[in-house]
Amino acid sequence: MTASAVRRWVAPVVLGVLALLLWQAFVVGAGIKPYLLPSPTAIVEQLVLVLPLVWSAALATGMNVLVGLVVGSVVAVGAAVVAARSRMADTLLSPTAAALSVMPIVALAPALNTMFGTTSTTPRRLVVSVVVFAPVFVNMLRGLRQVQPVHRDLLKAYAATPRQITRTVTIPGALPYLFTGLRIASSTAVIAAIVAEYFGGLQNGLGSRITSAASNSAYARAWAFVLGAILLGLVFYLATLALERTVARRQGG
Amino acid sequence: MSAVEARGVGKVFSSRSGDVVALEGIDLTVAAGEFVALIGPSGCGKSTLLRLIADLDAPTTGELTVFGKTPQQAREAQDYGIAFQQAGLLPWRTVTANVELPLELHGVGKAERAGRARELLSLVGLDDFAGHFPHQLSGGMQQRVAIARSLAERPSLLLMDEPFGALDEMTRERMQTELVRICAESGAAVVFVTHSIPEAVFLSQRVVVMSPRPGRISAVVPVNLGDVRGEGLREDASFFAAVTAVREALHGTPVTARGVDLR
Ligand SMILES: Nc1ncnc2c1ncn2[C@@H]1O[C@H](COP(=O)(O)OP(=O)(O)OP(=O)(O)O)[C@@H](O)[C@H]1O
Ligand SMILES: [Mg+2]
Repeated sequence: MTASAVRRWVAPVVLGVLALLLWQAFVVGAGIKPYLLPSPTAIVEQLVLVLPLVWSAALATGMNVLVGLVVGSVVAVGAAVVAARSRMADTLLSPTAAALSVMPIVALAPALNTMFGTTSTTPRRLVVSVVVFAPVFVNMLRGLRQVQPVHRDLLKAYAATPRQITRTVTIPGALPYLFTGLRIASSTAVIAAIVAEYFGGLQNGLGSRITSAASNSAYARAWAFVLGAILLGLVFYLATLALERTVARRQGG
Repeated sequence: MSAVEARGVGKVFSSRSGDVVALEGIDLTVAAGEFVALIGPSGCGKSTLLRLIADLDAPTTGELTVFGKTPQQAREAQDYGIAFQQAGLLPWRTVTANVELPLELHGVGKAERAGRARELLSLVGLDDFAGHFPHQLSGGMQQRVAIARSLAERPSLLLMDEPFGALDEMTRERMQTELVRICAESGAAVVFVTHSIPEAVFLSQRVVVMSPRPGRISAVVPVNLGDVRGEGLREDASFFAAVTAVREALHGTPVTARGVDLR
């Protein structure tokens, strides 16, 4: 690791440790009740105790995020390709994307639960797909419209078919935009997957574990699952960020 | 049959802020296998003329044929190769993949593509950069990749817009010698836009001098330096005489009859 990379990591880590120390001192010193705010050591104690459970819950929720992310993006990319090609499709699809982006998942989740039954993961994955659609669609469409004039001329000079143009210039050129959209979508996707679990159904994910721990007054345990949720969010964020950087670097961005 | 035939070609760009007459009354014939250089001040319509021949824009007036066909038919038949003023490489493709692009688009097999790309890259002196991406190359190197790409399909007409503009003097002279050789071997006609008088003279059989606002052909200077053009030519008296003739035509000093094809 280079010196600058070390410096980039040291500051946030020091800040985090300091915040944890203050938190611990505050909870212990002021005698805060655990249902208001458990201390970091109590949370870690619980985390160690329920680690296998946190792990399996994170896997279940993570799977929902992954499937929803993939399905939502594939549909969004397809829709963006169609919208970029035809003005009519665009006038249909862009408002749809806008409508989906303001649709409250809180309203959607219970409705889907009734539709698909409470033993199915489908409603949760659908919720994730829905929130992923808009950011991916909007960014991909912007990317598809960024074709450089000189590239358009070049492909015209080679008498390339519309299909060839899409494959060799339009889509590769839009990839950095797609991955930016994915990075933006990934955080919302994790939040959506967890919140979707608050409305009943299967009890296997982080969201369900948090609500059930809280309703059993196991506050430290609820926080242990919250910690798991934060880590899950970080994993998705960092993975999509790495993808975005890799694609951008390949193109000299 | 002539490679390019323009009769009274004009091009007007209309915009909200008014019309720009980019070209007016262009009469030009480029014979098959002939090397013609276009020279003139910035904004006199050189790139525009090239784009009309390439069917990337349509003329407003006049008639234009390429190998006896409409520019569109010629483009669809892939009669020409083109190198733009900007390199225009695809940043997500390696140097090799960029050179292979036209071959790939026209269904040439993998092995043949790779072989041709290797050949072309060594021609432009970039063998060692085959696997690099464009952003890892200097501007001049990118331009050379674009030249290699334009030669990929051995076109019978080459349209080149200041292809050597970004090169250092040494590379530039080497590329000029190579280009003369390639064209002599392949029998390709070339329309070559440049800002350099010696370059125009060294390369071409005729230098077409243009003047701006509106873009017209103000003189055509024949260069009779023979078909075999070695490095020695650059120091020859006949070479300097031709350079002087083009310079005078460009600066508007009366040389010979203006606006007349001297062939
Ligand atoms: N797409 C366009 N729309 C409007 N005006 C244009 C367009 N393309 C070119 N022009 C105008 O036409 C004129 C000729 O432009 P052109 O690019 O052909 O010049 P040029 O001779 O190639 O110049 P340079 O040597 O600087 O490359 C200019 O006045 C330019 O402003
Ligand atoms: Mg130009």
